[in-house]
Amino acid sequence: MDGKIVSLLIDSFWKILLPGLKITIPLTVITFAIGMILALFCAMVQITNVKVLSPLSKFYIWIFRGTPLLIQLFIIFYGLPKLGILLDAFPAAVITFSLNIGAYNAEVMRAAILAVPVGQMEAGYSVGMNYFQIMGRIVLPQAFRIAFPSLSNNLISLNKDTSLAASITLGEMFLAAQRIAARTFEPLALYCEVAFIYLIMSTILAKLQTWGEKKLSVHERREN
Amino acid sequence: MSMIELTNVCKSFGDGEILRGVDLQVDKGDIVVILGPSGSGKTTLLRCMDFLERAEQGTMMFDDETTDLATASKQTIAALRKKIGFVFQSYNLFANKTALGNVMEGLTVARKMHKKEAEQIARAALERVGLSDRCDYYPSQLSGGQQQRVGIARAIAMNPEVILFDEPTSALDPELVSEVLAVMKNLAEDGVTMIVVTHEMGFARQVATKAIFMDQGVVVEQGTPTELFDHPKEERTRQFIRKILKEELSENRQAEE
Repeated sequence: MDGKIVSLLIDSFWKILLPGLKITIPLTVITFAIGMILALFCAMVQITNVKVLSPLSKFYIWIFRGTPLLIQLFIIFYGLPKLGILLDAFPAAVITFSLNIGAYNAEVMRAAILAVPVGQMEAGYSVGMNYFQIMGRIVLPQAFRIAFPSLSNNLISLNKDTSLAASITLGEMFLAAQRIAARTFEPLALYCEVAFIYLIMSTILAKLQTWGEKKLSVHERREN
Repeated sequence: MSMIELTNVCKSFGDGEILRGVDLQVDKGDIVVILGPSGSGKTTLLRCMDFLERAEQGTMMFDDETTDLATASKQTIAALRKKIGFVFQSYNLFANKTALGNVMEGLTVARKMHKKEAEQIARAALERVGLSDRCDYYPSQLSGGQQQRVGIARAIAMNPEVILFDEPTSALDPELVSEVLAVMKNLAEDGVTMIVVTHEMGFARQVATKAIFMDQGVVVEQGTPTELFDHPKEERTRQFIRKILKEELSENRQAEE
């Protein structure tokens, strides 16, 4: 390989990784956390069939699962200023990604809670526990175990999807790579490099998933 | 004066009337065995008593306090559930808790008992069902018989006035049935009041103080086990008992072969 390209790759590696550490990872973590809170809330109001909130959460999920993420970003960042709502790139990204991942995870959590046998609830009632105690201590921990692989999947997707925020001027990894590519006229090398960094991140997340699954399945391990 | 008196309990699912006015009296220390073909409403009756199903009509008198089963408030239900233990056909152990955790859960969470005290009670309960050495096992690591014994320990740890057993051995492999029945016999000898839905005639004959035959949502006949099994008055009871005995006989024969 050309020595010039090698030194370019080495030089640019930190310039791409740094925004990765400063923006991509925090963005992923923050939005996934907010998304999980949203998801749990939506799943619970649907399962307990709360008036108004239940159809409202269905509507929200319908919208955010049914439209492209890139367009959601554009509406919130470029569109909302028309209504006088002017957001910086980072908060706009946080809002969009949280709402988007929340919609997906809401369905995952709803299905997982319904997958816990109803007998668990009844056993809780029979020893005098109330609905929230049983939900919090018995059903949700089991539902979380069931949902964990799907949630991990969504987390890995989310991490990669944050690259879309480059299109709303957020200086994350992909935008950093784009800028260097434009300056050096080496798009192939730099886009491969940034893809490689995403690959490393996804691999680490997948490893964490395997580790987490093992941790969570303690109560499922059999003797034989 | 009875400890529990059920009057005119009615329940339907959709078009099907499952309970059509059931009356039942249970005295302190009674071991009541409820028999009947599947669909006769015996399980539903137990579930209505613990409010796992809502009866549409009927009252339950418990320790001189009468409750309308259809309209009981949350507080009343909570108070009654304190007096009632329930053992499920499919055990329903908390899958994310160890055997000890299963027994402690109700004590620490529902009764707000201190952890140390709860653990003592839970260990004693598990010892009573012969599972002291399985405290730290998760349900998935236990056999069906062991799981059901944990289920019984979970019920007795709450110190209820009556324990309802919903076909406690029906989900078990034949060779595991006896260990669960042995635990139940022990409880009976200790004077625990029990209502047991079961097809185990041997257990019923040996342990029960009262036998009840239900069919199509009503109590057809009741009496002592001897009266009911050996001298049934009603034709339906006679047919059912004959059928059960025949099945037991063929099961025994298969076991011998």
